[in-house]
Amino acid sequence: MSSAFRSSRAPLLTTYALLVYAFLYFPIVVLVVYSFNGSGVGGFPPSGWTFDWYRQLFRDADLWAAVLNSAIVAAVAVAISLGLGLPAALALDRAQFPGKALFRRLVLLPLILPGIITGLSLLMLFVGVGMKLSLVTVTLGHGTALISVATTEIFAGLQKMDRAQEEASLDLGANHWKTFWRITFPNLRVSLIAAALLIFTLSLDEIAVTFFLIGRDNTLPLEIWSRLRRGITPEINAISTLILLFSIVTILVWYRLRTRTQQAGESPAAAALLPSSLEGEHS
Amino acid sequence: MYSRVYKTAVTIPPLAWVTIFLLIPYAILFCYSFWSVSSLQVIVHNWNLQNYTQLFRNPLYLTVLLRSIRIAGAVTLLALLLGYPLAYYLSFHAAKRKDLLYQLVIIPLWASYLVRGYAWKTILGSDGVLNGFLQYLHITHRPVEFFLYSPFAVILTLTHIYTPFTFLPIYASLEHVPRNLVEASHDLGTPPFSTFLRVILPLSLPGILAGATFAFVLTLGDFLAPLLVGGSSGIMISNIVVSLFGAAYNWPLGAAISLCMLLLVVALLSATERLEKRFTIS
Repeated sequence: MSSAFRSSRAPLLTTYALLVYAFLYFPIVVLVVYSFNGSGVGGFPPSGWTFDWYRQLFRDADLWAAVLNSAIVAAVAVAISLGLGLPAALALDRAQFPGKALFRRLVLLPLILPGIITGLSLLMLFVGVGMKLSLVTVTLGHGTALISVATTEIFAGLQKMDRAQEEASLDLGANHWKTFWRITFPNLRVSLIAAALLIFTLSLDEIAVTFFLIGRDNTLPLEIWSRLRRGITPEINAISTLILLFSIVTILVWYRLRTRTQQAGESPAAAALLPSSLEGEHS
Repeated sequence: MYSRVYKTAVTIPPLAWVTIFLLIPYAILFCYSFWSVSSLQVIVHNWNLQNYTQLFRNPLYLTVLLRSIRIAGAVTLLALLLGYPLAYYLSFHAAKRKDLLYQLVIIPLWASYLVRGYAWKTILGSDGVLNGFLQYLHITHRPVEFFLYSPFAVILTLTHIYTPFTFLPIYASLEHVPRNLVEASHDLGTPPFSTFLRVILPLSLPGILAGATFAFVLTLGDFLAPLLVGGSSGIMISNIVVSLFGAAYNWPLGAAISLCMLLLVVALLSATERLEKRFTIS
């Protein structure tokens, strides 16, 4: 490292960065602390440490029904988005066809498009064909919106893959089907698991698209949403704390898996959010 | 190397799905935006531009639209002011802790939107944590009402939610700044701040543009934070859309507003992409 990098003491910048982290984590810490607060969601200082809200939460049948609904929706959404994201990533990586640029734009758009637009346009489709709103429509919505995440994640995995193995397999007489299952798929396994984890979490937390497609049965975020309108208790802090805990664990596992398939120093997920991310280096 | 059958097999299923569940719905949205609602609350298919003219003539919609743009602008600016220095710190000064610090930004990026919005609600409320704290210190004696249910609360909450989104592309572009250019600038005796202004900042412009686009677009389309912490003075354009699709029952007008948003997103993305290509060294 040259002199340019040795001067990495920048007290002002370091302080500023710490303050930004404080800003990012302050609400989260408050939320968790008050989930143990005996005297309600607000006030200062918190007083009367208790697990009551967690006990109440574990007895709350409606909430657990919503958790189950969300888990089912998320599991099917993972299957849909991976089932279509995998071929989409392969197509973007390997095939040339008319309208490819439009296809790429269309697949990726939900990544950045506000959920309200995806939600509303799907609502119009479902109403138009006379489909009743239910967890099925919610699942289709999640699956569709999250193909974008699956595609970028798997595409990144494909870019890192060693092409020579596939070529060798084909040269040695294996057909495409066999090559896919013996070479391509095993090589992508880590990317697929990582993508599945991320998509599961995102679906579990999704609220904007769900808001428009929900029928009688609530997903967890919608159940919480409807309770917020009735007034808030630390029970919501408690369930939020558990949601956060689950999200943090899956995000960290996803991150570890993701970095395993990439070179050190590269920034996972960043590429996924850049507009030019799916312009393959080799095609 | 890949046969035609292979290419067709991987292209057709996602293409078909995306056509049915994204392209056709956008087309329906487009059609609706030119229809209207009769006095009997029936949607009539008489093609006209009425919805669009109403959008720009009705002072209510215009006020809310301008407020939404102001809020989105404020969030974008704040997210850049918080996200850029953070990304810069991570990229140039964090050394060994880089990986850990990066993960600490990724967590709030992907973790539940609702949970974080709700957290701000409990902090800013009239009997919330902040008011409790101020009274505890005897700075105020009765609850301050304007923390919650104001545009301020919306800006604060959305800045918190979208700062990691802004951070990410900026960090990616800073990571791609060739370090030998920075070294060359130093070696030629340029003071650090000039090096930043003349070398690093221009090279990170694509990331800034992408980050600003995310923050702006996502804020403009947000309807949950205004419902959660905004109150009536924090209503944004997407809330109007929600009510037009609900109680107000005017799908065509709601569709017209949504379509404008969709076109804005696509236009901003194209502009960002074009600028990104121009400013990226390959």
